[in-house]
Amino acid sequence: MNAKLKETILNPIFKGNPITVLVLGICSALAVTVQLKGAFVMGLSVIIVTGLSSLVVSSLRKTIPNRVRIIIQLVVVSLMVILVDQFLKAYAFQIEKQLSVYIGLIITNCIVMGRIEAFALGNKPWPSFLDGVSNGAGYAMILIIVAFFRELLGSGTLFGFQVIPQCFYEAGYMNNGLVILPPMALILLGCIVWVQRSIQKDLQEK
Amino acid sequence: MEYISLFVKSIFVDNMIFAYFLGMCSYLAVSKNVKTASGLGVAVMFVLACTLPINYLLNKFLMNNPFGVDLSFLSFIIFIAVIAAFTQIVEMVVEKFAPSLYGALGIYLPLIAVNCAILGGSLFMQQRDFVNVGEATVYALGSGLGWLLAIVSLAAIRERLSYSNVPDGLKGLGITFITVGLMAIAFMTFMGLTI
Repeated sequence: MNAKLKETILNPIFKGNPITVLVLGICSALAVTVQLKGAFVMGLSVIIVTGLSSLVVSSLRKTIPNRVRIIIQLVVVSLMVILVDQFLKAYAFQIEKQLSVYIGLIITNCIVMGRIEAFALGNKPWPSFLDGVSNGAGYAMILIIVAFFRELLGSGTLFGFQVIPQCFYEAGYMNNGLVILPPMALILLGCIVWVQRSIQKDLQEK
Repeated sequence: MEYISLFVKSIFVDNMIFAYFLGMCSYLAVSKNVKTASGLGVAVMFVLACTLPINYLLNKFLMNNPFGVDLSFLSFIIFIAVIAAFTQIVEMVVEKFAPSLYGALGIYLPLIAVNCAILGGSLFMQQRDFVNVGEATVYALGSGLGWLLAIVSLAAIRERLSYSNVPDGLKGLGITFITVGLMAIAFMTFMGLTI
């Protein structure tokens, strides 16, 4: 594997992370992070959609007229999202119900459109596919970190299994109800951005 | 009376930003000053209020089993096509008849097509089973107004925030997230509001 391809894969996960650095796709990132299971499924769906739609658009890039490209991209992306949605409805109905509208909202997730516009329209199919997958992975990583803290502190479980022992509760420990509510997701994300920018000083804004 | 209740609820209780995080990308990117923020807010509200009733009618008469075929799996693609086409029309009309507004909104006008709040409104409409087109329109107006309120107030806070002393790593994006989180906690006081 050559250096450029490696850069394409690794960059979106840490240095150019779509959520914490480029600020794309926050909409769905916050709402599905109450439990790890939902965050995991959502992350996986986004990886599949970004990867496949980058692949398709990149294969078609020489035939798409520039003026109507947004609509064509939207059609390709929504096709992928419909496939993922139907698959989840068939094999993971409970989770699909729990994620509700947010699966449909992958269509307007800025990461998908952003990568197509910025990368897939000017590159060959294979690198575009990898770029899409690794951007999806960067997104999934943040989702899983946020969901880990929210589920641990909010319900005392991980993936639905009890991790905080019962004797803690008997000794007076209580689940933090605020962590489950929407505002805490934003504050946690703010803290993740803070940690990342304290480590990588060049990302700090003046 | 039901309309008023639905309207107030969709502004404060089911606020697009603070309860569902919809339209967050442009919300964070365009909230640096009050003037552009309110321009974008009005545009989003307008597009939302126009596309949601259209999607409601399409959902009711086209996709809900009218010809003995269940077309509901096509809803994503139809909703997004309506929204993208409508945004295109609005862009052309504004460019032709109000060039100064067009200049002020710039790139954000076409980007409304991929604003999660618009598609999200349509998807919530599909979930909620409104009884008639009036309810759908009231819901659209309310959530649009809620979005406008949210973006203008964040822009006002951020204008102030630029003079305050924030830790280096938290400057810009980090502090904005935390501000929005605190605003969302404030908005939670409306929970359980009944009229």
